[in-house]
Amino acid sequence: MQLTYEPVIGLEIHAELRTNSKMFCSCSADYSNAPEPNTFICPVCTGLPGAMPVLNKKAIEQATLVGLALNCSINEFNTFARKNYFYPDLPKGYQISQYELPIASKGYLDILDDTENPLRVVVRRVHIEEDTAKLSHEKNYALVDFNRAGVPLLEIVSEPDMRSVEAALSYATKIRAILRYLGVNSGDMEKGILRFEANVSVRPSGSSELRTRTEIKNLNSFRALTRASAYEIERQIKVYEKGGEVMQETLGWDEARGVTISQRGKEDSHDYRYFPEPDLPPLQLERAWIDSIKSGLPELPDAKTRRFMEQYELKRQEAMLLTSEKSLADYFEDVVSKSKSPAKTIHSWIAGEFMRYMNDSGLALEDIVLPAEKFAQLIDMVTDKTISGNSGKIVLNEMLNAKRGGDPQEIVKAKNLAQVSDTGFIQEAIENILSDNPKEVEQYLAGKETIVQWLMGQVARATKGKADPNVAKELLAKALEERRN
Amino acid sequence: MQLPNLTIREASDLLATKKISSVELTHATLQRAHEIDPKIKSYVTITDDLAIEQAKKADERIAKGENVTPLTGIPFAAKDCISTRNIRTTCSSKILEDYVPQYNATVINKLADAGAVLMGKTNMDEFGMGSSCENSAFFNTHNPWDLERVPGGSSGGSAAAMSASLCSFSLGEDTGGSVRMPAGFCNVTGIKPTYGRVSRYGLISLVSSFDCIGPMSRDVYDCATVLETIAGHDPQDSTTFNSPVPRYTQHVTKSVKGMTIGIPKEYFVSGMEAGVESSIQEAIRTYEKLGMKIQEVSLPNTKYALPVYYLLLFAEASSNLARFDGTRFGLSVSENAKDVIDIYLQTRHKGFGDEVKRRIMLGAYALSAGYYDAYYLKAQKVRTLLRRDFETALASCDILLAPTCPTTAFKLGEKTSDPLEMYLSDIYVVATNPAGVPALALPAGFSNNMPVGMQLIGKHLDEQTLFQVGHAYQQETDWHKQLPNI
Amino acid sequence: MAQQIDTEMVKHVAFLVRLGISDEEAQKFSGQFSSIIDYFNMLNEVDTENVPPASDITNNTNVLREDVAKPSMSREEFLNNAPQSERGYVKVPTVLGDE
Ligand SMILES: [Mg+2]
Ligand SMILES: [Zn+2]
Repeated sequence: MQLTYEPVIGLEIHAELRTNSKMFCSCSADYSNAPEPNTFICPVCTGLPGAMPVLNKKAIEQATLVGLALNCSINEFNTFARKNYFYPDLPKGYQISQYELPIASKGYLDILDDTENPLRVVVRRVHIEEDTAKLSHEKNYALVDFNRAGVPLLEIVSEPDMRSVEAALSYATKIRAILRYLGVNSGDMEKGILRFEANVSVRPSGSSELRTRTEIKNLNSFRALTRASAYEIERQIKVYEKGGEVMQETLGWDEARGVTISQRGKEDSHDYRYFPEPDLPPLQLERAWIDSIKSGLPELPDAKTRRFMEQYELKRQEAMLLTSEKSLADYFEDVVSKSKSPAKTIHSWIAGEFMRYMNDSGLALEDIVLPAEKFAQLIDMVTDKTISGNSGKIVLNEMLNAKRGGDPQEIVKAKNLAQVSDTGFIQEAIENILSDNPKEVEQYLAGKETIVQWLMGQVARATKGKADPNVAKELLAKALEERRN
Repeated sequence: MQLPNLTIREASDLLATKKISSVELTHATLQRAHEIDPKIKSYVTITDDLAIEQAKKADERIAKGENVTPLTGIPFAAKDCISTRNIRTTCSSKILEDYVPQYNATVINKLADAGAVLMGKTNMDEFGMGSSCENSAFFNTHNPWDLERVPGGSSGGSAAAMSASLCSFSLGEDTGGSVRMPAGFCNVTGIKPTYGRVSRYGLISLVSSFDCIGPMSRDVYDCATVLETIAGHDPQDSTTFNSPVPRYTQHVTKSVKGMTIGIPKEYFVSGMEAGVESSIQEAIRTYEKLGMKIQEVSLPNTKYALPVYYLLLFAEASSNLARFDGTRFGLSVSENAKDVIDIYLQTRHKGFGDEVKRRIMLGAYALSAGYYDAYYLKAQKVRTLLRRDFETALASCDILLAPTCPTTAFKLGEKTSDPLEMYLSDIYVVATNPAGVPALALPAGFSNNMPVGMQLIGKHLDEQTLFQVGHAYQQETDWHKQLPNI
Repeated sequence: MAQQIDTEMVKHVAFLVRLGISDEEAQKFSGQFSSIIDYFNMLNEVDTENVPPASDITNNTNVLREDVAKPSMSREEFLNNAPQSERGYVKVPTVLGDE
């Protein structure tokens, strides 16, 4: 019998915090906007002899916020440690991190797995550390830019609770959404502001053993995360099927070739010789302070989804779509509050034409200028039948393309799109159509009722979409019956 | 009147009354340094031009009567592990031989603000690793009292320069006796302040949790003057205390009558040089005459202080010295380097002396997987016991009194072959650093014509009492006034 | 637990701290290390049951800095100290291996 395998995946997520200054010095942390390499540097972040670290208060607050959002217990007493290793992007020869006592531990995150079933992923720990310098590899040498060195970094470590690549992706996506909700990280993976490491092992399905895992480093997109994990799962299964053993090692991901590659360097690379950082006194966080941070937690995606389902009578998938980004959820609620139309209608507009425009244009919500008030007006015009749904879509696209929003009433006027429920005007159009198409009228009277659709289309064309379809339908049916002598 | 022999207080009075100028004092001291130091070799770098420039500025300050402090116009020397902007700072190591810091240590800025005049940088054991100054990568420093003998270490250069009147005060750095032991060997006064009392920002770290910058001077009063200037909270050093710095000098003359001195019995066991022991006993009698009570106390874990000290030193130093990797500053050796690792290996092989190599390797060993609990963690636990020893002992008395070293200065080369024997010379001074308590070293007599040092150990942040008790002794004795014949 | 620090171990710890070392040096250090480590083993005599490790001896906690960005130091001076630099970067030889 062929053995089937089950993957076991854990994720380590590195997220830079969004602070003004670096973790341990007052240099600007906005390295991606530095004018030149090595311009946001000082004795501390370049590891000059004698320089000493001083903790950034904002970074501690943000780290606490993340810990709370991930349902962790905040360790009121937590300490810093040195992780010792040599690398040219690590100026001191050690990274200041947290080891035995991280700021937050034992949390969880609820996600949906590959079968859309709920899965609770345990967050083992969240700890604070500093980012390294940026190394660019040239042909025969490398160049170091210390602008990024010392930028505050959070490491969020999960237990190996995920059993599929889809679950890992779902977890990673949700962490990203939460970090963005909290405003502590932009979620930009291209710039490396958020990056993943996957711990992957496989085991015979149904077994509970934990086999040797490999660690895939520096995954800089969701795509890389899923492809690399999937590749690694297949690779390990093949190793076992051939009767081999998986080696514990660190791997890199070759995006171009679509393979993981061994980075196993010297045998000591994992002996980091951690010990307490003597230059930094511990943190003793007061309960009241933690509570005050907690009170600043925004409504997070899950809670928002539940509320949207209840308050706006949306289906789970509908609500989840809107709450995937805080800005989108806020926009939705803004439009709802300014509109007289049902929330469900507003969801349809946002999920439909609005998001189609976002996808097609590649624009982020932040880049779109469409005041909620105007959007609400437009939707209401469709709801109260001032214009037809099709016209509404035309107007919306017009407004979105206008860059500065545009006024729906003016666009409707300019394009002469106002819908007409004046029976006289519609009646006249119908009479003309029926006299011009006696054959079709005959077919209808002979029992071919589907011809009504075609006739309705003719009405819409003749009235340039301005005829209220319900009124038109009623009048058309009446006119046809009148011809049945 | 020999200007370089003056105390800070004497010189400051003469400067204030305009009997001398800072330029005169600085010039005389520089001249003496150029004349005498070739024999002593206490300086690694002498900054003549800069010193004269600073002296002129000090004279202007005094002339205008603006912002004059007791240190305005006073020439000093700094141990070469204290960063000085635009002045090379070597730690007496080849790896930093040409390193010129971009910034000043906080203590240097404070002294500059006070108007003190920097004369130069003094020799030391490489990165502070040594007890005799023989581990300098450049040259040995000689004891001004006997050129055949060591000045002690690791702040040997600062002690010898002070002893030979090649500066009016100096800054040392005490990680495990490195101020007190050479102060004792060279007949000068020096203090290891409470850990966290003086900013370490800009001090090139040896052991971050032990290192203390401390002044060396002609007498206790001067020592108090300097500490008062350099101590205090520093926002750039998170391990400094926030509490205000007392005006030590205003209280040194207070009577010591009725106070209690504790004599740690573990410090008076066999192995002490007879002349050292008799000098210390004599000092105790002096205090009795001053109306102080003498009481035996116990520091039961004393014999473990040395292994605790060295283990933690090795561990922290192995990490602190990782930044000397040949890529951003300092020595860089890259013969046929194929990989950056080759630069690390070659630079550190060439750049570090044997003692440094020994210590960072052993430090990596003590921290590495599988040994951490047995060595590093164990040492940190015993360190807790050492701290408790001092707390308990100092609960029943005001200060403790002990020698700084079981012997007087030994001969150059005498102990260099056996690292362990060299470590043992630190036996009386190391325990205070893991405990963090302050200790003041002062001259206490002579044994075979070589100075004997004694130390007073106090409670956390109680430098005040040390100065008071030390000053009382110096009112009764004149050991500190004895100058080497050089 | 008297352990022998053999030359292999000396070479291992030398590599941990990126110290080039010759066979003769490894030999020399091996002998010295064994006696030093042996001396350290004296600590095994001490009962440290229920004794917490010493950590911060100042008892300071929560030493924090406001999140205010300040101007940085001179790049020119920084690069002057660097053995090699190029276009404002610090230049190092090829970097192999991981981390
Ligand atoms: Mg990490
Ligand atoms: Zn910086």
